[in-house]
Amino acid sequence: MNETTRNAQAPRVAVMRSPLARARGLGAARSGVGHWWAQRLSAVALLPLVLWFVAAILSLAGAGQPAVAHWAAQPVHAVLLLCLILASFYHMQLGLQVVIEDYIHADGMKLAALLAMKAACLLLALTALLAALRLAL
Amino acid sequence: MQDARDAQMLARNSEGRLVRRPLSPHLQIYRPQITSALSIFHRITGVALSVGTLLMVWWLVGANTPRGYALVAGFIGSPVGVVLLFGWTLALFFHLLNGIRHLAWDAGRGFELPQVHASGWVVVLGALGLTMAVWIVGVVTL
Repeated sequence: MNETTRNAQAPRVAVMRSPLARARGLGAARSGVGHWWAQRLSAVALLPLVLWFVAAILSLAGAGQPAVAHWAAQPVHAVLLLCLILASFYHMQLGLQVVIEDYIHADGMKLAALLAMKAACLLLALTALLAALRLAL
Repeated sequence: MQDARDAQMLARNSEGRLVRRPLSPHLQIYRPQITSALSIFHRITGVALSVGTLLMVWWLVGANTPRGYALVAGFIGSPVGVVLLFGWTLALFFHLLNGIRHLAWDAGRGFELPQVHASGWVVVLGALGLTMAVWIVGVVTL
C-alpha cells in the first residue's frame, strides 16, 4: 500500500494541534516513555541478580544464623545484595503502579492507592537495605 | 464519521497520523488462549512476588540476630512456609522467563503467532523445570 492510498482511507478530523504540542503532551500517561524504559532497564538488571540470589539461597539452605551473617558480610555478597534490593523494589513499584492505574479508575482512590503502595515499597526497601548493611558492617 | 461515538475511537498514532483505533474484544467473550493466559499470569506472579518480598525483608532483618533468624527459619521450614517458598520459586521463574519473552518482543522479535505460542510453552515448561531443579538440589543438599 503506497502513501496516497493509505491517506485516502485514513479518517480525517481538523484539529488545530501542532506536532510540538503532541511532543510536549507526552501522551496519555503524561510521562512519555520514561516509565516503560525504567521497567525494562530494571528487568535486565534483575535477570543476573535474581539468578545469583536463588543460587545463594540454595547454598545457604539449612545454614544457621552465623553462617548466613558471615555470607552476607562478604563485600561482593553485600554489594550484590544491595543491588538486588534496589533493583527489586524499584521494578516492583513500577509494576504495581501499572496494576493500580489499570484497575482503579476513581482519581482519588487511585492517588491514595498509588501513594500507599509507593510508601510501602520505600519502607520495605529501606528496611531491607538497613538489614543488609548491618550484616555487612 | 457517521456516529458521534466514533470520535472516541479516533486518535493519532506514533507517526502523528489520524487513525481509527481498533476495539479490543471484551474478556467475557474471548476464548482463553495461551497468549492471554500467560499475559495475566505475568501480572499475577508480579503481584505475588511483590508480596513475597515481605519474606525476603524478614529473612534479612532476622539474619541480624540468632533469635530473629530462628523465627524466620522456623516459618520457612513449616508446611505453610514450604508451600509459600515453592510458590515463590515458581512465580519467580515464570516471571523471569516470561520477562525475557517480553524483552524479546520489545526488541521486535518473535511476534509471529507460531513463535508466540512456542515461546509461551517454553516459558511454562522452563519455569516448571527450573523450579523442580532448584527444589531437588535444595532437598538433596539439605
